[in-house]
Amino acid sequence: MSGTLAKESMAAKPVIQSTKASRRVSRRKLFDRCFYRLCQFTVLLALMSLVTLIGHILYEGISWLKIDFFLNFTSRFAEQAGIKAAIFGSVWVLFLTSAFAVPLGVSAAIFLEEYAPKKKWVEWVQINIGNLAGMPSIVYGLVGLAVFVRYFNFERSLLAGSLTLGLLILPIIIISSQEAIKAVPLSLREAAYALGARKWQVVFGQVLPASLPGILTGVILSISRAIGETAPLIVIGALSFVAFTPVSIWDEFTVLPIQIYNWASKPQEEFHHLAAAAIIVLLVLLFFMNFIAIYLRQKYQRYKL
Amino acid sequence: MSASVNKSEEQVILEVRDLDVFYGQKQAIHSVSMQIKKGTVAALIGPSGCGKSTFLRSLNRMNDFVGTAKVTGDVLYKGQNLYGKKVDPVELRSQIGMVFQKPNPFPKSIYKNITWGPKVNGFDGDTDLLVEKSLKRASLWDEVKDRLHDSAFDLSGGQQQRLCIARAIAMNPDVILMDEPCSALDPRSTQGIEDLISELKRRYTIIIVTHNMQQAGRISDETYFFHEGHLVEFGETKQIFTNPSKKKTEDYITGRFG
Repeated sequence: MSGTLAKESMAAKPVIQSTKASRRVSRRKLFDRCFYRLCQFTVLLALMSLVTLIGHILYEGISWLKIDFFLNFTSRFAEQAGIKAAIFGSVWVLFLTSAFAVPLGVSAAIFLEEYAPKKKWVEWVQINIGNLAGMPSIVYGLVGLAVFVRYFNFERSLLAGSLTLGLLILPIIIISSQEAIKAVPLSLREAAYALGARKWQVVFGQVLPASLPGILTGVILSISRAIGETAPLIVIGALSFVAFTPVSIWDEFTVLPIQIYNWASKPQEEFHHLAAAAIIVLLVLLFFMNFIAIYLRQKYQRYKL
Repeated sequence: MSASVNKSEEQVILEVRDLDVFYGQKQAIHSVSMQIKKGTVAALIGPSGCGKSTFLRSLNRMNDFVGTAKVTGDVLYKGQNLYGKKVDPVELRSQIGMVFQKPNPFPKSIYKNITWGPKVNGFDGDTDLLVEKSLKRASLWDEVKDRLHDSAFDLSGGQQQRLCIARAIAMNPDVILMDEPCSALDPRSTQGIEDLISELKRRYTIIIVTHNMQQAGRISDETYFFHEGHLVEFGETKQIFTNPSKKKTEDYITGRFG
């Protein structure tokens, strides 16, 4: 398609060429083509670096992806090391974090969009939610350490880690849910009110279902972010050498990114391969979650607005 | 059912007394009074921005949602003041239906579009029956009876608008307010809606805002001409169109402005 476009613009050139105006036109055409090439180049550059990165990781790690890799705990010996504990930890964290952050975040978004009065303090809250969303994740780690680990005495448990990550993604969930709710047209609300619906009926019966695809997309993307976070968990003291699977929220734990970080920082070459293999697992997990987000969006968009 | 009712006893279902509507400092409606008889079609006409939609929306208190809007005066619905202290606007809206300018079906199935309103108002009867009855009255049944569970967005614009009318009908209202219901539709769908309105008026009182004077002439019994927030003139549609008493009305009707 791009090729025909370029050809057409070349073919259309030689109509009248002598005047100043047509020279200006051809200069603009040239500029147009250059800009097009530039855009193409930047996309290519971005894709290339991604492909190189993934290619490198696959090359390094794919041969280390064996059944045992998933069934074993980590070990001093690279040949016996696996990610069983990290996978269990990550799955636990995934569910616990969503259990905290999703209901809270979506409710906050509903309140801010539907119920909050147009007052100064609401505006102030809104601005600060935006600020929180841009905060470096290590700060959340420090908050988690001070509040959950020390003050509430949760120690280095799954609970402390998940609450910390929940805090981290809360502002993102709030903002994306707000955007989704905002996108519901006024005409839909009016239709519902005109039928004699109460406010909560309008919110839960019409506005939420209509904004669900948007909310779900935001939720899943922010949970993917939580799954990939390392820094705040290191701060609150998640372990890197765990030879057991957690059975309750009070247990100590590790997660995939920490395991990767730990292996990648070891001097032995073999552990770098292990890290690459674990990265492949993490990437697959993230791709899978994004796929779910896309699937849900498609599914619920059957009733498009 | 009751074509004879409006002839024998001309019962007033909606009476407006000295209604003013303000948006902040700006006054949109200036002291409008009118009486609407049961079972008739009343058309509100006038150039855009004349306040006819604002007026219509004050009849079921939809202006409550506009933060800056303030309404004074009385709207008596079956003798009860809608702006009285004890009146619950939500309750009221379930008795006065509304159809909007652009078709706005819910992003749900055709079936659920009909049942949602009655359900949130505590309806626990036979929904199948309700859906069939409402769609038949809106002359949509034959077109959609085989795909009641398809999305309402699969329908054409005219069908969507008839679905919105069916949705209003399902609440069994006495009065249906229509805010330029055909302005987003093509001529054929417009005719469908107009035919429907003529059919419905035996059962319901319809107040319709339109910028299309031919439409007002075709479907309404009485016509109210608004200009710059004032009710300039009203009367039987025939008389307004053939023999208006005010210069402004005549100018508008003959197309000299608007």
